[in-house]
Amino acid sequence: MIKIERRDETSNLIYFLTPVLAIFLTLVTGAIIFYLLGFKPLEALKFFFITPISDLYGLSELLIKATPLCLIAIGLSFCFKSNNWNIGAEGQLTFGGIVGGGVALLFYNHEGFYVLPLIILAGAIGGMIFAMIPAILKIYFNTNEILVSLMLVYVSKLLLDYLVVGPWSNPEGFNFPETRQFSDSARLPILFEGLRIHAGIFIALVSVILAWVVLFKTYLGFQIKVSGLSLKTAKYAGFKGKTMILLVFMISGACAGLAGVGEITGPIGQLHRMISPEYGFTAIIVAFLGRLNPIGIVFASLIVALTYLGAETAQIFLQVPKYTGQVFQGMILFFLLASDFLLFFRIKFLGFKKYEY
Amino acid sequence: MNKYFLRLLASVLLLLGFSMKANAEFKVGFVYVGPTGDHGWTYQHDEGRKAVEAAGIKTTYVESVPEGADAERVIRQLAQSGHDLIFTTSFGYMDPTNKVAKDFPNVKFEHATGYKREHSNVSTYSARFYEGRTLLGHMAGKMTKTNVIGYIASFPIPEVIRGINAMTLAAQKVNPNIKTKIVWVFTWYDPGKESEAAQALIDQGADIIMQHTDSTAPVQVAEKAGVWSFGQASDMQRFAPKSILTSIIDDWAPYYVERSIAARDGTWKQQDTWHGLKDGMVAMAPYNSAMGSGLVNEVKKLQQDLASGKAHSFTGPIYDQKGNLLVAEGKVADDGMLAGMNVYVKGVEGDIPK
Repeated sequence: MIKIERRDETSNLIYFLTPVLAIFLTLVTGAIIFYLLGFKPLEALKFFFITPISDLYGLSELLIKATPLCLIAIGLSFCFKSNNWNIGAEGQLTFGGIVGGGVALLFYNHEGFYVLPLIILAGAIGGMIFAMIPAILKIYFNTNEILVSLMLVYVSKLLLDYLVVGPWSNPEGFNFPETRQFSDSARLPILFEGLRIHAGIFIALVSVILAWVVLFKTYLGFQIKVSGLSLKTAKYAGFKGKTMILLVFMISGACAGLAGVGEITGPIGQLHRMISPEYGFTAIIVAFLGRLNPIGIVFASLIVALTYLGAETAQIFLQVPKYTGQVFQGMILFFLLASDFLLFFRIKFLGFKKYEY
Repeated sequence: MNKYFLRLLASVLLLLGFSMKANAEFKVGFVYVGPTGDHGWTYQHDEGRKAVEAAGIKTTYVESVPEGADAERVIRQLAQSGHDLIFTTSFGYMDPTNKVAKDFPNVKFEHATGYKREHSNVSTYSARFYEGRTLLGHMAGKMTKTNVIGYIASFPIPEVIRGINAMTLAAQKVNPNIKTKIVWVFTWYDPGKESEAAQALIDQGADIIMQHTDSTAPVQVAEKAGVWSFGQASDMQRFAPKSILTSIIDDWAPYYVERSIAARDGTWKQQDTWHGLKDGMVAMAPYNSAMGSGLVNEVKKLQQDLASGKAHSFTGPIYDQKGNLLVAEGKVADDGMLAGMNVYVKGVEGDIPK
């Protein structure tokens, strides 16, 4: 007989150490997989996790990749902490990109310091409005926010498709599905000559700090935490659930919208169909890997960003299949969830005696 | 102090030696938009890469590189890691390719299907797939019973519209009653969407299915429905043995080998290549004998004529949908007109999505 029972107490230290354990287990399993695929495990791991960030350019690329992941995950942490399952960050990112991109095209060839802030603001509002749809439907019609937010991803992606193929396509672009390149006034400034790292990273950093303040120092943060631990308690305490649901979705959507607008005004510089390689979904892994904690999310976003870069480098140098990057992301999440289980529960071996409940 | 300095110097020299050694070996890099196992576009580029490898030149590839912010990094990484010639094999890599080319003047770049050559180390290349479409049109016009030809199209760019027009013109020549029905799927590769489109066309009476998308889904749907189909990019015969009449094959191998050797030997020059049947960049898979030997011979003859220049896919008189004359009788469309083609010819149903 094996019995699984809840632990009375979980240590805070272990709570934050399990992600480290998960990463360690991922590395070990990764080494085994590389070995089975016929590569030298240590060499492969080196190309995967060290080579990509061994120079300034690599570090700058890591930050570029981590910025949208971090931003979205910060937003998602508000939702997830309060038991609101917003799965549609990808759609909110896309819609933010659409609205921000629309403003950028509206100000095509305009100079002026106000252009970029306007675009960024528009992107945040776009993402926010798009996230309010599942929130409002949940509040007033009791719909399932997982389904609604997920389905809305397709809505926004199809809308983007329509816009870049049709009305917004570059008039000189031979009908290719993309808009004009935005003017310089609509681009996030590059921080260092020769690197691609752009001012979007500051947006992410500010949001990390704001998130920390809101979550740990405000009444709203307290409400979110209590609702996450027990909805009944939250109701009993008289928290206004509806306002909170709407608020966390708005925060989450705004963050995703910012991520979208950061991509199109940053490294991409135009709207086309591929403004995000599914950052909105990967950010869910980032949020949980970072323990829904702003500081944790910063580290988690860097690690997950590294799996992307590593997959490219490993393919260039060793011709390791590109999809190992996704395997690594999956493994990290898997080991994290598995170790969580052991964190909260313990397994008791009771022999073959008949157990009396 | 001195000793440390010497040690430092030695290690720097050693490192330098290593990096020079790494540079000394000529390497060619490839950037793919899809997985190498797509059996379409990327698969064929990878076949080309294998031919380069077989010619004794070391190659590297990176697959499934999204056309967004990631492309530039991958291209730059290839340039930085000692690749001397880099093929970027999707339209969406156009701007990133030119951007990286600016920073690596000693590395050669070849961008497929684009039109920007902003630096002297960037060439562009594409294939005259429309010549293959002409052959498909001839077969479709002869084989159809319902006189409806179903066409699964990706994006309304000139290349795709050119293919639709070339096919329609050739089909009309042998069967004036045919109609071309088009479903736009707005994707290059999405088996789900492609098979839905194929089914929709069959439901509308099409008994010929052809595609300007890369998955094998449409031919498989056609096989099941018992209608004729044509493969795209690679020989898809084994996915629909009864249904497929032939496939248009993109054969990049000769070009890749030629350009790689030129780059290695220092004779590489910037150019804009647009090769077709004549140079073998467009090739036809074996013809299905179900067509009958008469038709097969006709098509083979037409193929020869297109290759030799005796026949041209766009020979006048050609009218657009509204009846305006596009190409006068006895004339053929020039490359400029072909490159910017953005109207349907008469006989195509519907409007180009705008």
